[in-house]
Amino acid sequence: MLATVAAEFAYWQTSIFKLLMAFVAVLIPAGGTVYLYLFKMVSFLQSRLGPMEAGPYGSLQLVAEVGKWAQKEDVVPSRADAFVFKAAPYVVLISTFLLVIVVPFGPDAVFADFDTGIFLALAVSSISVIGILMAGWASASKYSLLGGLRAAGQLIAYELPMVLAVVGVVIQAGTLNMQGIVEAQTTGEIFGWGALGHPFILTQFVGFFIFLIAVQAELAQTPFDMPVAESELVTGYMTEYSGFRFLLFFIGEFATANIFAFLASVLFLGGWSVPPFIMDAVPGLAPQVDGLAAALGGTTGVAEASFSPWFNLIGPVVMAVKMLALTFIVYWVRFTYPRFREDQLQSFAWKVLIPISLVNIAVTGVLKVVF
Amino acid sequence: MTDLVDRRQMAYIAAQAADARVNVELETEGMTLNIGPQHPATHGTLRIVIQLDGEEVVAADPVMGYMHRGYEKLAEVRTYPQVTTLVNRIDWLGSFANEVPFILAAEQLMDIEAPPRAQWIRTILFELGRIANVTLFLGDMGVQLGAISPVFYAFRDREFILNQIEAATGGRFHPNFDRIGGVKDDLPAGWIADTKVALKAIQRFCDEMEDLIVGNEIFAARTRGIGVIPADIGLSYGLSGANIRASGVDWDLRRDAPCGLVYDQVDWKVWTHPDGDSFARYWVRLQEVREACGIVEQLLDGLPAGPIMAKVPRIIKVPEGEAYVETENPLGIMGYYVISQGGLEPFRVKIRSASFSNISIAPWLLKGTFVPDVITILASLYFILGDVDR
Repeated sequence: MLATVAAEFAYWQTSIFKLLMAFVAVLIPAGGTVYLYLFKMVSFLQSRLGPMEAGPYGSLQLVAEVGKWAQKEDVVPSRADAFVFKAAPYVVLISTFLLVIVVPFGPDAVFADFDTGIFLALAVSSISVIGILMAGWASASKYSLLGGLRAAGQLIAYELPMVLAVVGVVIQAGTLNMQGIVEAQTTGEIFGWGALGHPFILTQFVGFFIFLIAVQAELAQTPFDMPVAESELVTGYMTEYSGFRFLLFFIGEFATANIFAFLASVLFLGGWSVPPFIMDAVPGLAPQVDGLAAALGGTTGVAEASFSPWFNLIGPVVMAVKMLALTFIVYWVRFTYPRFREDQLQSFAWKVLIPISLVNIAVTGVLKVVF
Repeated sequence: MTDLVDRRQMAYIAAQAADARVNVELETEGMTLNIGPQHPATHGTLRIVIQLDGEEVVAADPVMGYMHRGYEKLAEVRTYPQVTTLVNRIDWLGSFANEVPFILAAEQLMDIEAPPRAQWIRTILFELGRIANVTLFLGDMGVQLGAISPVFYAFRDREFILNQIEAATGGRFHPNFDRIGGVKDDLPAGWIADTKVALKAIQRFCDEMEDLIVGNEIFAARTRGIGVIPADIGLSYGLSGANIRASGVDWDLRRDAPCGLVYDQVDWKVWTHPDGDSFARYWVRLQEVREACGIVEQLLDGLPAGPIMAKVPRIIKVPEGEAYVETENPLGIMGYYVISQGGLEPFRVKIRSASFSNISIAPWLLKGTFVPDVITILASLYFILGDVDR
C-alpha cells in the first residue's frame, strides 16, 4: 500500500519529496485561488468578466502576470536599507512555508507531525510580522513605515483571539496534534449520534467565527486591511517593492490565506477526513481498529484507529474543497466591506473578540467536564 | 520657484505644528506627510501636506494648482460659443452643467430667452449630468473606505446615463451642446423612453448603495461623527451644494433662484441632514440622485413642443455689460461673472467653481483627525480637481 511504499525510501529521498510537495502545497492552491477568486469570482461580483484573453477564460493570466513581474527591474530605493529591504519578502515567505509543514493532508501525507502541531502553527504565523516590519522600516518611505507599524499592531492584536479560538478546539479534541484533532472529529459523536462524526464547527461555532475574523485580520484583508490601505497609504509596506520581490509578497499573502483556510478546515471542518456515514458506505474506507496501524507505518502519534491509506489520496482533495469553501468567504468579505479604522480595529479585537473567546473557552471547559 | 513654494509651505506647516504639538513631554518628533500630488485618494492631482503626530493630523494644507489650465484667461481669446468647449472640462463628470451658467450669463447680456422646449431639455441634461456625476461619488466613497466593489456598480449604471447623454448630444463626457438662445439639436426619436429605462437602473443602483454602503455598520462607524461641519462654519468657508445641505442648511439654488431652468415646473424636494458629518454628506447626495431621477422623469413627461432655438444673429456679438449667473451644479454652486466690452470674445470671465470653495475648509476640518479620516473627509467633501484648479 501507499504507506509501505513510502516507507521504503531513504530519509533523503523522502525529504526531497516533501520539499517539492511543500512547494506544490503552497503554490498550487495559491495560484488556483488567485485565478478562481481574485480574478474570476471577484470580477463576476463586480459585474465584469475579468481576464479573458490569456488562455481559455483567462486561465493563463497568472502565468503572464508572473512572467511580467519576473522581468521587471528590482528597484531598491536609494535611501533604503538595502539588505533588510531585500530580505523582508523572504522572511514573510518563510513564515508561509513553516505554516504549511504542520498541515495534515492525509493520515501519512503530512510534512512533519508534531505533537504540538497547532501550537507551532500559531507561533510561526507571527514570523511574517517581522518581515512586514522589516519591509516597512527599510523602505525609507513614510507610507511604508505607517503601513508596517499598523501591520505590527494589528497582527499582534489579532494573534490573541486566534489562539484563544483554537483553545476551544484543543479542549474538545484533547490534543494539540493536528492528526489527533482530525481523528477526534471523525470518530467523535454529538450526543451519541456519530453519522457526521463531530466536526468542531458544530459545537465550536463561536470559535470558528472568531478564528475566521482573526484570519482575515492576520492576512490584512478588508475589512482589516489598514496596513495596505490603498486609498490611504498607497500600498503600505509594499509601496516601494517592485518586480520579483513584490511577487514574493503577493505569494506570501495569498498562499498564507490558503494555509489558514487549511488550518481552519483541520480545526473545525474535520480536516482530510470525510464524515463516517460516507466511510461506512464506501467499502475499504472505514477505519480499522486494530494493530494494523503499526504494520502500515502510520505516523499518527495518538492513533487509536487507523485510517485507510487511500485517505492519502482522497485527503488532499477533501482539504482542497474545504479550503476553497473557506477562502471563498475570505474573498467575498474582502471585496464587500469597507475597512475599519485602526483604533476601531484594536478596540474590536480587545473589547469584543477576546472577551467572547474567553467566555467560549470557559463554557467549552465546563461542558467538556459535564458531558 | 517650486522650491520656494515648498519651503514656504513647510514653514507654514511647521509653525502650525508648533502650536499644536501634543506630546511635548515625550519630545516626539512630528512627521510631514506629503499626500499627493500622485496619490490614489486624491483622484486627480491634489497635494495635501499634513503634519502628523503619530497618526493624528496636527496641521493640513491643500496645495492646489497642479491642474490649472487657465480657462479664465483662455476664455478671453475665444468667441462665446467656443467657450463652452473649455468649460466642459471644469467638472468633467457632469460636463453639461458647466456650460449652462455661462450660456445663461451670455443670454442675460444679450437679452435673449431660450424657448421653453430648449429650457426643458437644458434642465433634463443638467440633471442627467448631476446623476452621472454623483452616481460615481456614491460608488467612489466606498473605494476610499476600502470597499472595492461599489465603484464598479457605479461605473456600470452610470454608463446608462452616459449613453443617453451621448444619444442626445453626441458626447459622453463633453456634450458641448448648449448654445446661446437654445440647444444644438432636438432630442432624438425614442430618447424619452430609453431615458426612463436608464433612470430605473439608477434608482435600482441607489437602492443597492443604500443596502451596501449606508446600511453597512463599518461604513457608519467610519463616517458618523467624522468631519463634522457646523452650519455657520460651513457658510463662512463658502461651502455649497450637498456639503452645506448636509449641515442642515436648506439652501438650493434650483429652488431658490432657478434662473433660466425650469425647476419650478416640477414637484421635488430639497434634502438636508442635521448632522453635518461625512455620513450626512453621503446620505444627502444619495437622496439627491433619487430626487434628480424624479425631476428628470417629470420633465420628460411634461416636455413642451416648439422650437429649440430662439432667434439669434449668426455672428454673436454680446453688448457691453456685466452679468453674473450661478446655478446649483452637481458639486455645488457654480457661477460665471462675464464682462463684455461689446466684442466677439468676453473681456473677462471669472469662474466661481464649487470645489475650490468646498476644499478650502479642509485645513480647518482635518486638524485633529487621523490619517484614515483624512481620506474619509476628503472623499465626502467630494471635489473634482478640474473644478478646483480650472
